[in-house]
Amino acid sequence: MSKYILIDHTADIGIDVFGATLQELFANAAFALFDILTDLPVVAGKDKHTITASGIDREQLLVNWLSELLYLHDVKNLLFRDFQITDMTDTQLTASVSGEPFNEEKHVIKTGIKAITYHNLSIVQADHQWKARVIFDL
Amino acid sequence: MGNDKYKIQKIDAYRWRIPREGKMRVDGIVYADEHMMEEIQKDESLQQVINVSYLPGIVSHSLAMPDIHWGYGFPIGGVAAFDMDEGVVSPGGVGYDINCGVRLLRTGLSRVEISHKLESVVNTLFSNIPSGVGSHRKDLKLSQQEEKNVLKNGARWAISQGYGTKEDLEHIEEKGCIPGADPELVSDRALERGRAQLGTLGSGNHFVEVGYVSEIYDEDIARALGLEKDGITIVVHTGSRGLGYQVCDDYIRVMIDAARKYNIELPDRQLCCAPINSPQGKEYLAAMACAANYAFANRQMITHWVRETFESALHVTPKEAGISLVYDVCHNIAKFEDHIVDGVKKRLCVHRKGATRAFPPNHPETPEAYKSVGQPVLIPGDMGRCSYVLVGTEKAYSDTFGSTCHGAGRVMSRNQAMKMAKGRSIAQELKEKGILVRADSRATLDEELPEAYKDVTEVVDIVEHAGISQKIAQLKPLCVIKG
Repeated sequence: MSKYILIDHTADIGIDVFGATLQELFANAAFALFDILTDLPVVAGKDKHTITASGIDREQLLVNWLSELLYLHDVKNLLFRDFQITDMTDTQLTASVSGEPFNEEKHVIKTGIKAITYHNLSIVQADHQWKARVIFDL
Repeated sequence: MGNDKYKIQKIDAYRWRIPREGKMRVDGIVYADEHMMEEIQKDESLQQVINVSYLPGIVSHSLAMPDIHWGYGFPIGGVAAFDMDEGVVSPGGVGYDINCGVRLLRTGLSRVEISHKLESVVNTLFSNIPSGVGSHRKDLKLSQQEEKNVLKNGARWAISQGYGTKEDLEHIEEKGCIPGADPELVSDRALERGRAQLGTLGSGNHFVEVGYVSEIYDEDIARALGLEKDGITIVVHTGSRGLGYQVCDDYIRVMIDAARKYNIELPDRQLCCAPINSPQGKEYLAAMACAANYAFANRQMITHWVRETFESALHVTPKEAGISLVYDVCHNIAKFEDHIVDGVKKRLCVHRKGATRAFPPNHPETPEAYKSVGQPVLIPGDMGRCSYVLVGTEKAYSDTFGSTCHGAGRVMSRNQAMKMAKGRSIAQELKEKGILVRADSRATLDEELPEAYKDVTEVVDIVEHAGISQKIAQLKPLCVIKG
């Protein structure tokens, strides 16, 4: 089972992401973000970072978690590849992530992502798995 | 036409009405022809026109221009105006790339004079104008205090630092500075993202394009705009970079709480908003103005480097290059403007999300130099076809809150475009058509392949036939740099 699939959105890019648990769902959403952004197999998990995020509900928590990663990518030029949600409620999470700084000799940016939107945002549980839909602004 | 979710009525050959129903406060009106209307119905953009009509204080109609496509919150190509007392302001109605916009430069050069030096022009542009991740000019270091000056003063700041001349300011929407900007309402994160990215192009559909005037439709007005056949032109398309994205992101969080507080029912969380007169509404507008001013400064700095590029690549003096600004328009913005509603002049907050202001001749905000012809409107097309220069009209002022289209509008998702580009070299295909392209990544070119867009000519013909703009000139590309 793939971690996510791309959905056709005219101007931007959308994903349907899957996970057996909410933790896995959130980790897979982050994987999808960087898989769209860069050629992920060449990114090494050299540096570890602990990241926290919060939100008023699960949906906003997902947006804020992905926005946090995107902010770190934009400001510190970091690329991430491994994501583990170590602690999580509906309104806050702590994650352990690893990655490395962008290096133009080695890495490519496939698709620049401006932001994580709330449009059509959903998190649902069906058939013993979690599914989320998120649309990125490109 | 229509479906089980909403009705669509034809008003005339170029306008369609989605009649008010249920929670809609006003009708939706879409500018499109029959063929385009069929295409538009394939995605969710009309539902987005309806969603906007739910918002409190919306005046007259929820409008969509013919380059409408599925966005987030507002459709791209959406225009909506709100009453100052009862209306709301919505960051989702402006977008993440606040004051993403286009400026057009004219030159004193003609096509024959530069045709043999295009390679040098495109390479110098690509090295002089930073694009792609983490790239910025090594000669530019901005302190946080200086960055705040950028946010307060916009293009005026850039001019004060030597990036261009005072005359440039007369040819920018709002003279390059939206009033009311308060940098103290911009988060540290937004400032941090903005600091290293000032004077950079960014990725995706942002570009600098050198082209020539391939067609003139109105000689007198073209002359007034300083455009002549075969004259070299430059189009710059970029916005407020990470600073704008962060301002939008920060204020969407504020507005989600505010919408709850003010009991505003939202059909889509991305449309979160607050009353214009509320503290949250005022603060967003003051922060949005900062991001808009940053974008004006950004395009001004890039203009300066375009000038330097031409001088060094073509070995000409600034006077010989003769690069001056035709106009600079915003296409993601919310602004206070006076409009006539039911015969009465009213101050409104007009949101344009992927739409361009198109004010008529003699409007107080139409620049002096263009008073008799109307405000110039710049409509870039895709990399392979053409772009257009239009002017605003009285009909735009009376029917669309002085607004028109902003570009071609995508017709293919990026995913579809990538599949379509597989096994092809878009750069090579364009080269065979005489267009040189430099891009930071191959993926950008694939996503932006010409077929991914509607034909801009169809879009522009609709706004002209509908009377909300007048077509003045067509520009064809010669070389393009992309992020």
